[in-house]
Amino acid sequence: MRLATREALTGFRKSPLLSVLGIVTIAFSLFAFGLFALVALNIRSALRTVEERVEIRAFVADGTSPEAIATAMGDIGSFPEVLRVTYVSPEEALVRAKRELREFSDVFESGFLPGSMDIRLRPGFRDPTTVKAVAERASTYEFVDDVRYGQEWVEKLYRLRTLATFAGLALGAAFALVAVIIIGATIRTAVLARSREIAIMRLVGATDGFVRMPFLIDGFVKGVLGGLLALAMTWFASETISRHMIRTEFFDARIAALGVLAGALIGLLGSLFSVGRHLKEV
Amino acid sequence: MIRFQGVGKEYPRTGIALSHITFHVRKGEFAFLTGPSGSGKSTILKLAYMEEKPSHGDVRVSGLSARGASRREIAKLRRKLGIVFQDFRLLEDRSAEANVAFALEVTDTPKAAIQPKVHRVLAQVGLASKATSFPRELSGGEQQRVAIARALVNDPFVLIADEPTGNLDDRATRGIFQLLRDINATGTAVLMATHDLDLVRRTDHRVIELNHGRIVYDSAEAPADAPAGPIQGDTE
Repeated sequence: MRLATREALTGFRKSPLLSVLGIVTIAFSLFAFGLFALVALNIRSALRTVEERVEIRAFVADGTSPEAIATAMGDIGSFPEVLRVTYVSPEEALVRAKRELREFSDVFESGFLPGSMDIRLRPGFRDPTTVKAVAERASTYEFVDDVRYGQEWVEKLYRLRTLATFAGLALGAAFALVAVIIIGATIRTAVLARSREIAIMRLVGATDGFVRMPFLIDGFVKGVLGGLLALAMTWFASETISRHMIRTEFFDARIAALGVLAGALIGLLGSLFSVGRHLKEV
Repeated sequence: MIRFQGVGKEYPRTGIALSHITFHVRKGEFAFLTGPSGSGKSTILKLAYMEEKPSHGDVRVSGLSARGASRREIAKLRRKLGIVFQDFRLLEDRSAEANVAFALEVTDTPKAAIQPKVHRVLAQVGLASKATSFPRELSGGEQQRVAIARALVNDPFVLIADEPTGNLDDRATRGIFQLLRDINATGTAVLMATHDLDLVRRTDHRVIELNHGRIVYDSAEAPADAPAGPIQGDTE
């Protein structure tokens, strides 16, 4: 292992420009990936905020007795998906409407708006299917005139999130592949530069694992350094956007560590491919 | 020890390189492989150190059959073989002793054991005083001695040499040949490919002669009163 590390360092010292180039290419690939991940992260967190406002309103017919409403609320409140149910009386509805739709405040008159049971769902149950199911159950009460839950925008919201996740995964995989190919190529150059050494190693009885080790260390180190550089660049980009445009969220320590680990993995894979190919040829 | 049994070797592009090769090199033996260029000498050596696998028949070296040998088994086998080439194959950026030590380092030899072994073997090939010289500072004969030292440092049971004197002048050739005979005298077998017939005629070692990929003469098989062999002049 010590020899392998020494050999890896020798490779680094012998062709510093190539090594730096390798690290920078990995960094840029991961940076592109990081930027996309940052966008995805911020979309997700924005969606979470919007999602918190998903609400089902079951409008209650005029003249329904408070007891009937209380019983229904007790029932609905005991559904496992439901976080809480609140009753909004016609008077409160008017106040809320005046507050939320200020420009129309003079249009509203007393008695114009019905009372409603406002149902909020627990986190994790705010998907269109659950929302719809709860809304349907709420509509089975005879005194419930109508149920509204913004069906369209709940579904749109979810489609957007699914799209963001898939696009993120696809682009991430593409960038990771590009990075593997790039580091594979830089390691390949290093392998070819040392093919004579490799031939002699094999001649005197070095195992494939032994021959591979310095290159794996090389790829790993380049991957980690590239990952750290990409992390720094992504952080800088995030800070710049936060300062000049909109407030953004940055990766937490766990995600950042995963990013660097991904760099290491890309470096290792690239090395493994190019050394493996070379060993197969000789 | 090295046993070829009905070995044939074909290459997809160049066709048949060897056919019906059967011979056995015994422990401690010195055998020459001779024949014109392209007769298959190097191919036989490559089969012996398992760089190539036979297309037909089998090659067994120290009990390991080439047919089923894994890459790992081949690597382990090579630690018990010493291999020397015409072009020395030294690492130009390392001193003589580092070149020799390299063979030990890549085979997991404990660090403390490396230095004494390297010095012993460099003394054996007569290069103790040039241990720190780089290949470019050494003559061809000296570079080949470094290569031989590297081949010897793992105490091989056989030394496989492919035209080891091919790039050397007469004096250096004699020196290297004498060194190989000295090594053989200590019990290490030597299998040496050469087209230097003067060298072959000067000794009474076994001669296996090849032509067009076949063995045309093997002194070990010839009757005792037969002439010294048909050894053809080299066509080169």
